[in-house]
Amino acid sequence: MRFERTIPPHIRPATSVSRVMGEVLIALVPAAAAHVWFFGPGLLINIVVATGVSVAAEAACLSARGRSPMSGLADLSAVLTAVLLAFALPPMTPWWVTATGALFAIVFAKQLYGGLGYNPFNPAMAGYVVLLVSFPTEMTLWLPPAGVELAADRPDFAATLMHAVTGGLPQGMSWDTISAATPLDDVKTQVGLMRTVDEVRSEPLYGDFGARGWEWVNNFIAIGGLWLIYRKVIRWQIPVAVLVGIIVPSTVFYLVDGGNYPPPGFHVFSGAIMLGAFFIATDPVSAATSNRGRLIYGAGIGLLTFVIRAWGGYPDGVAFAVLLMNMAVPLIDHFTVPRAYGHDR
Amino acid sequence: MADERRLWRFHGGMALPARKSLSTAEKLAAASIPKTLIHPLSQHVGAPAEAIVAVGDRVLRGQPIARATGYVGSPVHASSSGTVVDVGPRPVPHPSGLSAACVVIRTDGEDRPYEGYDPLSNYRTLNAPALRARVRECGIVGLGGAVFPTSVKLNVGVGLKSLILNGAECEPWISCDDTLMRYRAAEIITGAQVMLHALEIGHCWIAIEDDKPEAFEALVGACARAVETRIDIVRVPARYPEGGERQLIQVLTGQEVPADGLPADIGYLCHNVGTAAAVARAVLYGEPLISRIVTVTGAGIARPRNLEVRLGTPISHVIEECGGALDSACHLIMGGAMMGFSLDSDELPVIKATNCLVLATGEDAPPRAPAIPCIRCGECAEVCPARLLPQQLYWYTRAENYDHVESLHLYDCIECGCCDLVCPSQIPLVQYFRFAKTEIWNRALERQRSDHARERFEARNERLARQAAEKARRLAARTRALESSKEDPAARQAMIDEVMARVRRKKGEEDGDAE
Repeated sequence: MRFERTIPPHIRPATSVSRVMGEVLIALVPAAAAHVWFFGPGLLINIVVATGVSVAAEAACLSARGRSPMSGLADLSAVLTAVLLAFALPPMTPWWVTATGALFAIVFAKQLYGGLGYNPFNPAMAGYVVLLVSFPTEMTLWLPPAGVELAADRPDFAATLMHAVTGGLPQGMSWDTISAATPLDDVKTQVGLMRTVDEVRSEPLYGDFGARGWEWVNNFIAIGGLWLIYRKVIRWQIPVAVLVGIIVPSTVFYLVDGGNYPPPGFHVFSGAIMLGAFFIATDPVSAATSNRGRLIYGAGIGLLTFVIRAWGGYPDGVAFAVLLMNMAVPLIDHFTVPRAYGHDR
Repeated sequence: MADERRLWRFHGGMALPARKSLSTAEKLAAASIPKTLIHPLSQHVGAPAEAIVAVGDRVLRGQPIARATGYVGSPVHASSSGTVVDVGPRPVPHPSGLSAACVVIRTDGEDRPYEGYDPLSNYRTLNAPALRARVRECGIVGLGGAVFPTSVKLNVGVGLKSLILNGAECEPWISCDDTLMRYRAAEIITGAQVMLHALEIGHCWIAIEDDKPEAFEALVGACARAVETRIDIVRVPARYPEGGERQLIQVLTGQEVPADGLPADIGYLCHNVGTAAAVARAVLYGEPLISRIVTVTGAGIARPRNLEVRLGTPISHVIEECGGALDSACHLIMGGAMMGFSLDSDELPVIKATNCLVLATGEDAPPRAPAIPCIRCGECAEVCPARLLPQQLYWYTRAENYDHVESLHLYDCIECGCCDLVCPSQIPLVQYFRFAKTEIWNRALERQRSDHARERFEARNERLARQAAEKARRLAARTRALESSKEDPAARQAMIDEVMARVRRKKGEEDGDAE
C-alpha cells in the first residue's frame, strides 16, 4: 500500500493571522461604542472611509506586485490598520483627509516596504503623523465629549456625514460653537498661560481622573486590551511597559511641581496612550520581539510620549513615540537575544 | 519509591492533545511471526553492521546475523528462525526514502532459539566491562527513538550522580513506553538495577508524565516488590517536549546541560525505559534485542493497539495484525505527531527505532495552509524549549545569512516542532531549520574541500619550484665538472662511459617494460 507524504509536525496550528487580527478588531468594539457615545457617529464614518481606501489600496498594491489580492486581504491587517487610524482621527474629519492617511499607511508605510510583516513602522501611526503635519487644523477639530454643555446642538449623523463628504457644516452650525480643544491640548495651552493644572482641571472638560469622556473610551480600550492579553493575542510586556514608562516620569514631575505637571492618572486616561499601549505598540511587526526587548520598547514609548506631552510642540506624542521606537527596534532586538538553553550569557 | 520532590520547569513547550488513549484501550499482545523478516544492517547511530551470514544459511531466533563494526556500532540478530534468502539493498524506513543493506530471512515458523548467550543472573558479581560487553553483543540501542548504542552510553566514566530513566513519552499518539511500564514494570526496575550496577552509582530517577497514572502505579508497585530504595519514581507534569533529555534533566534537577556538552558532564545519564527493559532481558535471560513494543494508532487503523513486534516484520504485516488500514488512511507516519516522519509504503520493516506507526487520516494530519509572511508575533520564541528565536532564525535563513543563523544557535534547535504549531502565519519553520543545518554543513564541507584543494595546489607549486631549483643546481654542477675535466682526457673518457652506461641501462629497462 502506498501513502502520501506529510512533513513534520503532522498536526497543524490552531491559530492564524486572520484570527489574530480579527480578535484585535473585536477587542476594539467596546471602545468604539464608548467613542460613539461620547463623540458622536464620526468614528464610524471615519472607519468606513479608512477601511474602504485601505482595502482598495492593499488590493491594488498586491495585484501590482503579482500577489493574489484576496489571500492578502484575508489576513485582515489592512482593515485593522484602517480602524486604528480612524480611532486616532477627530470624529469630524473630511473624507479626503482620512483617505490620505489610509493611503499613505497602506501604500508607503506598508506595501512599499514589502507588505505584511516587512514594514518597520506602524502603518496606522505613519499615516496619522502624515495627517498631523499636513492637516494641522483638521487634526485639532475635536468635539467636546457628551455631557459638556454646548452653545449649539451637537452635530447629528446627517451633519457629521455632510462634513465628512463636503468639509462644510450645515447652516447655523459653526466650528466656534461646536468644537473644543482636547484636554491634553487645553492643559498645554493653559499651563502656557500661567494657570495651574488644578485650575484647568476644575473645568467641565475634565472628569474624575482623566478627561471627561476620554477616560471612558480609554477604560474600554483597556478592557479590550486585557481581553487580548487573556486570549494570548498580545503579551503583557508592551502594554505594561508603556504605562509604567509614562506613569513613572509623570508621577515624579507631578510630585515635584504639581502646578505645572498634571497627575499620572490624567496622562493615562487622556489622549491616545491607552490605545497606544494595548493596540498600537503591540503591533508585532514593528515591535521588538523578545520579552526583554518588548519591555525596553514599551518603556521607551511611554517615556517619549511623556516628554513630547510635557515639553514638545504637540499636545499628544504617542504616534511620534511609536515611530521613534520603531526605529530603535533592530538595535533593541540585537541586544536582547535571550540566553539559549545550555549557553552562558 | 514514589517521591514528591521539587520539580523545575523548562522554557516553552506546549500542552498537546495526547491522543494516547486510542491505543492503550487494548491489552498488549504479541504480533505473529511474518513469512519474511527484513533486517537492515544500520538501525542504530554509528557504523552499519557487517553481515556474517550468506544466502542459504539457516539461522535461529536471536542468532547474530551481522556484527558491529567500530566502537559506536551494534550487531543485528535474526528475530525468528529460518533461511537467509537475500543479503543486499532494500528500501528501509528513513526520511530520505533510500535503500540500505538488509538481511532477508524466510521464516520457518518453528521459532527455534539460539543458545549463544548465557543468562547472567549473577550479574552483581560481574564488572562493568563485562556487562557492557553483554549489552553490546545483544544489540541494545536507545529505544526512545535515538537508537544510540547503549553500551557506549553506559561507558561514561566517573562523576555520575544519577541515572534517569525516561518514561515521559510526551509526543502525541505514542504509547509504547506507557504500555511497557504498565505491563512490564518489573523488567524496567530490573533494568535500572543492572544499569546502576554497571555504572557503579546509587541513584536512579524514573520520570513519568502525570497523564499516565496506570504506568506510575505499576512502577511504584514493582519497585516496592523489588525492595529497591535507590530508585525514585517521579511524576512530571505532561508538557511536550519534556521527553527531550535536556528538558527532562532541567525539570528534575533545575540544571541545564551545557550546549556543547553531554548530560554526563553535569552528572546525569538518560536512558529510555524501553532500553532499560531490553538491558534486563539481555543480561538476565541472555535475550538479544529482537522485538520491541510498537504503538499502531491513528484514525486510519481498524484496531489501534500496542503490539510486541519482531524486528524486521514488514509494516504491512503489523497493519494486518491490527485489523488492516481503513480507506480513510492516507499517511503512514513512523514516530509521533510532532517529530515522526512519513513513509511512502508499508513494505518496509519495523526497526529498532520504530516506536509508533500512525495510520493518519486527512483529519489527523491535515494539509498545511499556505504560508504567509511572518508577523514577528514571537509566539515561536515563547514555546521554544531551547530558548531560541525561531522567527529570527527563519528571517536570516531566508536571507541566506548563515553566519548570523549560527550565531543565533541554530544547532541547539531540537526540531521539536513547537514553533510550527503556534505560528499564525503557518510557516514550516522546522523545515527551514533543517534546510539551514544541511546548508551550513554543506558549505563547511565545501570550504574544507576547497581549502584542501588549495593546499594541494600550493604544495604542488612548491614541489615543482623545488625540483626546478634542484635540476638547475645539478646542471650547474655538471657543467662545472665538464669544464674542469677538459684538461684530463682520462677523466673525460670516464665521464662519457658513465653516461653511455646510464643510457644503455635505461634503454634496457624500457625494452623490458615493452616485453
